[in-house]
Amino acid sequence: MKLKELVEYIGGSVVCCEECLDREVEFAFASDLMSDVLTVKSEKLLLITGLANIQAVRTAEMSDLQAIVFVRNKRVSEDMIRLAQENCIVLIEYPGTMFRVSGLLYSLGVKAVY
Amino acid sequence: MHFEFKVQGGDFVRAGNASSQVKKILKQLNVDSSVIKRIVVALYEGEVNIAAHAFNGVIYVDIDTERIIIKLDDNGPGIPDINLAMQPGYSTASPIVREMGFGAGMGLPNIKDNTDEFKITSEVGKGTCLEILVNLKVNQEGV
Repeated sequence: MKLKELVEYIGGSVVCCEECLDREVEFAFASDLMSDVLTVKSEKLLLITGLANIQAVRTAEMSDLQAIVFVRNKRVSEDMIRLAQENCIVLIEYPGTMFRVSGLLYSLGVKAVY
Repeated sequence: MHFEFKVQGGDFVRAGNASSQVKKILKQLNVDSSVIKRIVVALYEGEVNIAAHAFNGVIYVDIDTERIIIKLDDNGPGIPDINLAMQPGYSTASPIVREMGFGAGMGLPNIKDNTDEFKITSEVGKGTCLEILVNLKVNQEGV
C-alpha cells in the first residue's frame, strides 16, 4: 500500500519528504535496536522506532527503507531531516506507543518480516 | 578505483559517512541494488564498530568490475577472543553505544552474512583489521 494511505490511517505527522509518499510499503519492522534492523533483508520496508537520532536515519539509508515512524512523541531533529531528504526517506512523528501503531498497521495489512 | 576514509572513535554523528559515500559510488556504477545493500550494510556495521570500540581507523575501498574489497583497519583495544565476538548476541559495547541503537552483538555475524569473503585479525592493545569482499555481479552472489 502507499505510504500516504498508511499515514492518514494512523494519524501520523509527516515531517520530511512528503514528495515520496507515493512509495509502496509491504512490510514493517519495530525496533529501537538498529543492529537488529540491519539484519532485515525485506524490501518495501517501514521502520517503527522510538530511537530518534541520526543513526536511525543512517540505518534507513543503508537498508533502503521507505520510511520511519517515530513513536512515543519522539521529535525529529534538523540533522535527521537533512539526511532523510538526501535519500528520500519519509519521516513520520507519531504520538502513541510502538504497540499501538504496530497494531494499526497490522490491521491495515502491512506484513511482519518474519 | 581506490578510496580511503578516516573514522574517528566515539563520533556517532559522522559514523556512516563513508558507507554513504560508497553507496553513492556503487549507484553511479550501476551495481545491482540488492548487492549495494549487502555491501553498505556490512560496511556500515564495520564503520560503527570503529566508532564504538576504537580510537580511530581507516577504511580502504578498492572497486573493480568484478568485486569490491574493503579493509577496515583500526587503532584500538583489539579483540581478545574473536570466536566469542563472532557469536550472535555477544557484545562489549558501552551504554553510550547502546543508546545509539547498537551493541546488540549482531554486527560481526551480520557483516559475515552479507559478504562473500570475510577475514578478521586482531591484536590486543593495538587494533583490529577486518577485510571483506563482495562480488558485484548478482549471479556470483554467495560464490
